[in-house]
Amino acid sequence: MSNQEKHWEKSRGLLFITLAIWFVFSIGIFLFGAEMNEVTGPFGYPWTYWFTCQGSLGAFVILIFWFANRQEKIDEEFGFSEREDE
Amino acid sequence: MIKGKFIDNLPKVYGIYTGGFLAFIIIMAIGEQMGMTKYAIGVCFVAFTIFIYALIGWLSRTAQADAYYVAGRQVPTVFNGMATAADWMSGASFVAMAGGIYFKGYGYMALLVGWTGGYVLVASLLAPYLRKFGCYTVPDFIGTRYGGNLARFSAVVVLTVASFTYVTAQINATGTIASVALNIDFQYAVYIGLISILLCSMLGGMRGVTWTQVAQYIVLIVAYLLPVFWISNKMGAGFFPHFMLADEVARIGELEQQFGFVKNSAADLATVPKGLAGITKAHSAVNATPWAFISLALAMMMGTASLPHVMMRYFTTPSVKAARKSVGWSLFFIFLLYSSAPMLATLSKLSLIDPNLSTGIIGRSIADVQSIDWYQNWNEANLMFVSDFNGNGTLELNEFFMGGKAVVLATPEIAGLPYVISGLVAAGGMAAAMSTADGLILAIANAISHDVYYKIIDPKAETAKRLVVARVLLVVIGFAGATIAAMEIQGILGSVIWAFDFAMSGLFFPLVLGVWWKRANRQGAIAGMLGGLAAGTWYLVWVRTGGSGFLGITQLTFGIFGSAVSLVAMVVVSLMTQEPDKATQKMVDEVRVPSGRTILGKQ
Repeated sequence: MSNQEKHWEKSRGLLFITLAIWFVFSIGIFLFGAEMNEVTGPFGYPWTYWFTCQGSLGAFVILIFWFANRQEKIDEEFGFSEREDE
Repeated sequence: MIKGKFIDNLPKVYGIYTGGFLAFIIIMAIGEQMGMTKYAIGVCFVAFTIFIYALIGWLSRTAQADAYYVAGRQVPTVFNGMATAADWMSGASFVAMAGGIYFKGYGYMALLVGWTGGYVLVASLLAPYLRKFGCYTVPDFIGTRYGGNLARFSAVVVLTVASFTYVTAQINATGTIASVALNIDFQYAVYIGLISILLCSMLGGMRGVTWTQVAQYIVLIVAYLLPVFWISNKMGAGFFPHFMLADEVARIGELEQQFGFVKNSAADLATVPKGLAGITKAHSAVNATPWAFISLALAMMMGTASLPHVMMRYFTTPSVKAARKSVGWSLFFIFLLYSSAPMLATLSKLSLIDPNLSTGIIGRSIADVQSIDWYQNWNEANLMFVSDFNGNGTLELNEFFMGGKAVVLATPEIAGLPYVISGLVAAGGMAAAMSTADGLILAIANAISHDVYYKIIDPKAETAKRLVVARVLLVVIGFAGATIAAMEIQGILGSVIWAFDFAMSGLFFPLVLGVWWKRANRQGAIAGMLGGLAAGTWYLVWVRTGGSGFLGITQLTFGIFGSAVSLVAMVVVSLMTQEPDKATQKMVDEVRVPSGRTILGKQ
């Protein structure tokens, strides 16, 4: 397997992990919206309400930065990262 | 004067700008104390901010294609994030979102999740790869990846349908705010709004739009957050509302129990002015089925990843790496406003319905409420209405009606903040609507000038001629949008949601599979774009004309059906026809690694 194929395999792996986390916060938890709202969550808000207001939104922000860092590491590992002068 | 040195000095330039803007607010506040009229304050806020944007637009003028189409590809990560946030947050986000949450609660908050979660898809599936491609427009990517004029043209069609649906709503919003602030007819205010929009984009293209959008972001975020924090402190609800409103949310739930949601008779409701709504849904309880919530969120997320005016912002970053990070910053800046909207809705609702608060009106006598100053103003503006349906002389929860816009526009006044805050909010709403309209008009005009005129009609055209065509198109599209906006066909929010559905129907899978599936070919992409758009449009028309729909897909989520058809059509047709040639497959391989020159830079 060539260097580029390995790079792409690893990038694809990262994509699947990223999308799985994305799925949990955008879709997964809202399957149980009614049940989860009965429980008190962060700062005293009901859980589901808190996720729609802040929780999921914040999770997405962190997820994107985490993804960007991981992808950069993968690019570096296989020597595909950009040089500054390009 | 803007090159090199300007880029290095960005934090300083915008730091001074922010300081100047805050000083302007303080001067206005002093002016108010010294007896400036409300009208004068409103005019000053709108005129001053538009003047600044126009000045930036003029300073960013350019005669280079690279600067006009992609701002010279040198916009730093964080600033591109701010520009994208302004590009993204439209009049609907600024003016209508808190109102939607106020009236519809949980079911509506799917939009919050959808309009943020989509950025994960943008960051992981598309933005870095399209940046590596080095295209000027989204159809540029489709046209080069799949090859052929028909594929390119189909992408232009989908882009135009989606963006045009969106832009009329934004011009409508600028017109609404201009007509209130400047006290002129909506029909004329629409064109004033349009001219302000064109001033930002015509001379500098993407470069002008980028630097005005950063300026507009600063105005709109100050205008949104300042009142939220102020009201929260004034009510004693907590000095940092986002972390401290749990008691208020619970209190609203209690009051809802106490008052109950009384259903009004049809005859009573007929007397309520059009466009106003009462509080009929619980504030924080789960009031939608999981599928209703998830399908709306999903449609908005996939639409986000397909809307060209957002995608093209990531063409302006210096590198692929910067494009990825920039998506994170965009969402961070969007998060600041979106996480505040539910807090504003909570504060606004509680201050009106809690009888223990001095601002509460439920439970007071109707005559009392009708004699309040702000009630009279907003009633006159057709945004507030009370009526004694049961004839007991007291205002009940079901007898109070308000327009969605009033939650953002009127709450500062209701909570007893000085009028200068209301002027600030008007300027913020204007900034939000203008920045989005600019991005959209530019996306359409660039696609037509670059992809249809330059790439298809006259590939030998000189740069100067191309840019003239681009600017003429900008004006023509702007006026077409304003003309339709002046006719006031649909509401702001409805048409914004439709735009997402159109975009995802036609573009989501052709874009994503262009990067992630080598086997995707021209025939498949064309089938996917046109089939998806046609299927989505058909579903919308069918449901609008009395069709029952299926699987719980409504006219707000028709993109789910459209994009499903698009996916199937694209895969089936691709597999039935020949696989792409070696050169195309090699191109896809190169898109997948960040290093090396851009694809189009090589040709």
